[in-house]
Amino acid sequence: MAVLHSAPKYASNEGVIETLTGALGPMLLAAREEHGEIVLTIVRDRIEDALRLLRDEHGYQQLMEMAGVDYPSRPERFEVVYMLLSLTKNHRLLVKVNASESTPVPTATTLWYNAGWLEREVFDMYGVIFSGNPDLRRILTDYGFEGHPQRKDFPLTGYQELRYSEEDKRVVYEPVQLAQDFRSFDFMSPWEGADYVLPGDEKAAKQPAPPPVAEPKTTEKKGDSGAGEPTNGKAEEKVSAPPPDQKVTGENEKDAPKPTENRPDKAAREQTAQDTKGATEPKDSKEDGK
Amino acid sequence: MSMQLEQSPTTEGEIVTNYTINFGPQHPAAHGVLRMVMELDGEVIERIDPHVGLLHRGTEKLIEHKTYLQALPYFDRLDYCSPLAMEYSYVLAIEKMLNLEVPLRAQYLRVLFAELTRICNHMLNIGSHVMDVGAMTPNLWLFEIREDCLNFFERASGARMHSAWFRPGGVHQDVPLKLLADIAEWLDTRLPTLFEDAMSLVVDNRIFKQRNVDIAVVSRDDAIAWGFSGPMIRAAGIPWDIRKSQPYDVYDRMDFEIPVGTNSDCYDRMMVRVEEVRQSAKIMKQCLAEMPEGPISSEDRKVVPPKRAEMKSSMESLIHHFKLYTEGFHVPAGEVYVATESPKGEFGVYLVSDGSNKPYRCKIRPTAFSHLQAMDFMSKGHMLPDATAILGAIDAVFGECDR
Repeated sequence: MAVLHSAPKYASNEGVIETLTGALGPMLLAAREEHGEIVLTIVRDRIEDALRLLRDEHGYQQLMEMAGVDYPSRPERFEVVYMLLSLTKNHRLLVKVNASESTPVPTATTLWYNAGWLEREVFDMYGVIFSGNPDLRRILTDYGFEGHPQRKDFPLTGYQELRYSEEDKRVVYEPVQLAQDFRSFDFMSPWEGADYVLPGDEKAAKQPAPPPVAEPKTTEKKGDSGAGEPTNGKAEEKVSAPPPDQKVTGENEKDAPKPTENRPDKAAREQTAQDTKGATEPKDSKEDGK
Repeated sequence: MSMQLEQSPTTEGEIVTNYTINFGPQHPAAHGVLRMVMELDGEVIERIDPHVGLLHRGTEKLIEHKTYLQALPYFDRLDYCSPLAMEYSYVLAIEKMLNLEVPLRAQYLRVLFAELTRICNHMLNIGSHVMDVGAMTPNLWLFEIREDCLNFFERASGARMHSAWFRPGGVHQDVPLKLLADIAEWLDTRLPTLFEDAMSLVVDNRIFKQRNVDIAVVSRDDAIAWGFSGPMIRAAGIPWDIRKSQPYDVYDRMDFEIPVGTNSDCYDRMMVRVEEVRQSAKIMKQCLAEMPEGPISSEDRKVVPPKRAEMKSSMESLIHHFKLYTEGFHVPAGEVYVATESPKGEFGVYLVSDGSNKPYRCKIRPTAFSHLQAMDFMSKGHMLPDATAILGAIDAVFGECDR
């Protein structure tokens, strides 16, 4: 696909996967190129060796960032992603390992000093444990915080809220109480595979489908459909009046309205109305009594 | 600041002379809410344990609950000293996943305003760094330039700080011609006068040099191993600038220099920033000279909503507008890491999409995280007042660091 976007352009990915697949050997689980990024998945226990190899032999000198991602449906639900940067080759690499809550990932603090805080953050946000990190404390959350807030099953509102208590003269922690229900709007089109029940469709979704009928109903016999005897010659007879163009009209017709009367004996009107102006225009102010 | 004598657990009850002080979280030189637990031997720093996260707002979690467009304004609120530079990485990450072409004028506008943001950011940083080591006047003078920058932002986007002006596919609105003319005039007249005036008070100042030269020297290898970027790595003598080496938008058409330091101390870090301001002005002038006419955002109506006027007469536009502002656009599944050169260093966004209208994961790489982590190593053996100079030269902003 032709590159149309104007995102940062670094050195070509051509041949990188082949070279690194050969170099990493059995440490590599999968390698792919997607959206112009090279993503390598490494065996968890060998990640430190793999990163050392990439740093020392392949010139990826800097660990710019580490990210955790949570996929709750997977058996090992977390992914830890290392973003490597090569200053000499001008190239970037995403290196991944999978982990669960109970499987520690070997630390990268032996390779890069700044891995310390980055691992602390992944631990804080997801609860991934890094074996060998000498200082795996929480970093971004509050002192004494419980839970791992970036996990997908951690609610956006959290569990604790704090306020300044005038009585106690200190900040107190309380369970979250929302004045208004948490609203989550879903604007996904219901025609494109929404996996929820539309409002109003709850009953239809809940009701089980009716059981299949053993003997389907047919109307082959007269008794099944409830129909009567077939029609006879009487059906030919006309019951209603003929259409108007076939009707014979005449004075003798019953119920016809009387014609308007001519009244030759009525007296003529004495004069015709001429002064319409005087009738429509307002009277003088004098006549108003002012 | 609280001071206390500590009983060391290792000397069995014998009181030792080292003591621990709390620097921050409410300290004017901490540039925000940084708490540093310092262990001092007299006035010499033995160990620093920076406690970050006091401004943690869960931005990344919030972004997972918003559509791609709704998540954009959160980026303004990360590094509130350089908001547009924060948006830049995010919109480029989305564009990379969509493989969306951005019109040339929009690319020029984005570069122009990203550089204006850089000037704006450096005005605040240089000013506060200088003030941290005792000089009041330059800060006030530099704030005059910063005020001008904020006015320009307001005229382009309607907001002084939280612009939300960069959008996936371009920028939100075109700028008036008068604004471009005013920026050009400002670059020729006010900026050089005010900036060089203020700098003439600082760069050769004896007191300023005494406080900064040879403070926190970091070798090249250490700078790489600590994950430094931006002015911090350039001060160590490594000419690494993402604008130059991994150009995005129209940076590959720009002619500018990368200033590097020779001594890798706090003074060099400051001077790298001073020179970057001049280079940014140079880039902006080129942008203004070369900027073509044309559309300011992509014409792909499945990503960029139509303008209101169009909506009044076209049914198709009305539908697009409605769908884009309710459901939003869908981004193909996959993951990208896009990093740009923010004024403070490499600001990256790692975006994971599951093909829906919301980011599945949006990891933000703050610049201050790796720099602040090196605070302990850089301050060791220096005097207590040097900590403020080192911190000033790091240019940490906690909206970004804590997210």
